[in-house]
Amino acid sequence: MKHHRILTANFHHDDQHKLSAYESRSGYQAIRKALKQEPANLTTEVKDSGLRGRGGAGFPTGVKWGFVPKDSGKPIYLLNNADESEPGTFKDRILMERDPHLCLEGMMIASWALGANWSCIYIRGEFSYPTVRMQEAVDEAYAKGYLGKNIFDSGFDLDIVVHRGAGAYICGEETGLIESLEGNKGQPRIKPPFPAVMGLYGCPTVVNNTETLAALPWIIDNGASAYRAIGTEKSPGTKLFSASGHINKPGVYEVDLGYSLLEFIENECGGVWKGRELKACIPGGSSVPVMPADKLKGVNLDYESLAEAGTMLGSGGFIVMDDTTDMVDACANLQHFYTHESCGQCTPCREGARWVESMVNRLHRGQGAPSDLLVLQNVTEQIGGHTICPFGDALIAPIQSFLMHYRGEFEEKLDISLDAQIGANNV
Amino acid sequence: MQNGQHQSGQGQNGQGQEAVEFGPELETKVAEIISRYPKKKSAIMPALYMAQEHIGWLTDAAIEWVAEKVEESPAHVRSVATFYTMYYKKPVGQYHLQICRTLSCMLCGARDLTAYIKDRLTVDAQVITEDGLWSFEEVECLGSCGSAPMIQINDVFFENLSVESLGSLMDKIAKEKPDLRYSAKKETLGEGMPEAPRSQAWNAEMVKFNKS
Ligand SMILES: Cc1cc2nc3c(=O)[nH]c(=O)nc-3n(C[C@H](O)[C@H](O)[C@H](O)COP(=O)(O)O)c2cc1C
Ligand code: SF4
Ligand code: FES
Repeated sequence: MKHHRILTANFHHDDQHKLSAYESRSGYQAIRKALKQEPANLTTEVKDSGLRGRGGAGFPTGVKWGFVPKDSGKPIYLLNNADESEPGTFKDRILMERDPHLCLEGMMIASWALGANWSCIYIRGEFSYPTVRMQEAVDEAYAKGYLGKNIFDSGFDLDIVVHRGAGAYICGEETGLIESLEGNKGQPRIKPPFPAVMGLYGCPTVVNNTETLAALPWIIDNGASAYRAIGTEKSPGTKLFSASGHINKPGVYEVDLGYSLLEFIENECGGVWKGRELKACIPGGSSVPVMPADKLKGVNLDYESLAEAGTMLGSGGFIVMDDTTDMVDACANLQHFYTHESCGQCTPCREGARWVESMVNRLHRGQGAPSDLLVLQNVTEQIGGHTICPFGDALIAPIQSFLMHYRGEFEEKLDISLDAQIGANNV
Repeated sequence: MQNGQHQSGQGQNGQGQEAVEFGPELETKVAEIISRYPKKKSAIMPALYMAQEHIGWLTDAAIEWVAEKVEESPAHVRSVATFYTMYYKKPVGQYHLQICRTLSCMLCGARDLTAYIKDRLTVDAQVITEDGLWSFEEVECLGSCGSAPMIQINDVFFENLSVESLGSLMDKIAKEKPDLRYSAKKETLGEGMPEAPRSQAWNAEMVKFNKS
């Protein structure tokens, strides 16, 4: 199947990161067009396109913009979320490396639509090279008068700052990002109030994912209905999938939403490596439920089909596991990530993550008691929905889904002699 | 510090808390960075990075310098510095190896890389080798899962590694001592290191696929 190339159209040009090259391939036309339109019309256009947030939650972008009060008298901020730390996800990095001006143009369009005169791209700290690329793009844009005062002679002022994170997954959560950008620990805030009403410095703030914003120039250039014509009715457009794990051709692929998951593995990913069989895949980053191979038939890569199958599209971090994978081991690996990244504010998350990890590790070592499986189930139920931010729900996705689909592998590792002596010191 | 890499703790009398000169260049640069933000406090993170690159890690003097620049208390600045893993609260080796241990890298052989490094350096994680050259730690997903297994050395990614290629990479670094810091950057970040090619995670095959 031939897919549309909206975000990756110019990835193969090695000079694409330069402003002149970007412009020679009709870059910065969409912002010129947008600046001639009423901001409210742009929001309507984005709503009509059906574009949904690519950061994980899939919330309709135009609808989110509509929540920003127009009469608060406060400045409005647009934040580009390039914290990209969800295990298995590396698409925003590649967008910034291969086409930084596309990312910038998206930010310009959104800023104009929202009335934001200051905008920031928050890039995870480990992404040194993408940060350098984005900073160079910003510098070039300032030099050309595309940023700063009176951009493109439109009378609109816009400053964009490249901000480097420092190694905390939780700063990808939008309120954690805002706290971090204010110069604090990146600990998420209780919602409501939502950032659209009270975000950065208490002002209305829109946080959008890098990929979401990068789709805007195409939508403005080609129109909402052209975007809607791609993908499925409820999941319009294209999506970047970051494919990794036991496959022949790992990489970032842009596919039309609604594409068959198994075809994606076979065609784009080049099939399972070493001639082995597919065992499982995690289609949307480590925070979405794992799917066993036998449940993938007929499943498509779009928000609805994946949800129906019992998992989620998430960030599109597509991790493939072959039939040699020890699922208890894989699960323990992910639980360690969540223990490490909990920001520590909520007891169920901070303590729960640690308990879950140590129990899975114990099972992995062959020292688990049969009742541990029940305790695990119980503990995860105490975490889900009981925390300030959705990290709590994310951290139980691996253990709950691995247990559901691969219970046999967990059971095989149990030490059945242990239940009788279960006591206080068994973790 | 000439061509200052992450300076090791060697010769710093353990905690190395002596006074540090930041110099006019950094003073100008930090003022420019602060002016980019609507509020000074927002510049704590970039200012911490500057101080860290200058000294090698965040000493008391570094924290106080940042606090003074952004007009916040040293206690607040320290609370920020301790929250984020990329701020070093103690010295690291001149080359700090950060091995990604998360799922995609693990599936593709990250454990072999860790075992190799432990074996070669014979120090524990976060401990500097006697010559001051190396330290290592295991870190979580670095956003390069399509080029697994991979490691980050100072600020540069090295991808699609095997024990053999990691071994020769380390030999080369020990010999040539390249500057792998963020500030060495612009187009040259990791330059002269063909082992650190750009955008490995971007699959050239994709173009062919989507054209067919
Ligand atoms: C624990 C956690 C981590 C997140 N990490 C990211 C991230 O790295 N990048 C991102 O864009 N969104 C991330 N999100 C989602 C953001 O909170 C937010 O919904 C998103 O940036 C909104 O942009 P979108 O509507 O364009 O998707 C994360 C959410 C949670 C709960
Ligand atoms: S759920 Fe976890 S990560 Fe989120 S605020 Fe609570 S402790 Fe922090
Ligand atoms: S799992 Fe290693 S870079 Fe993502």
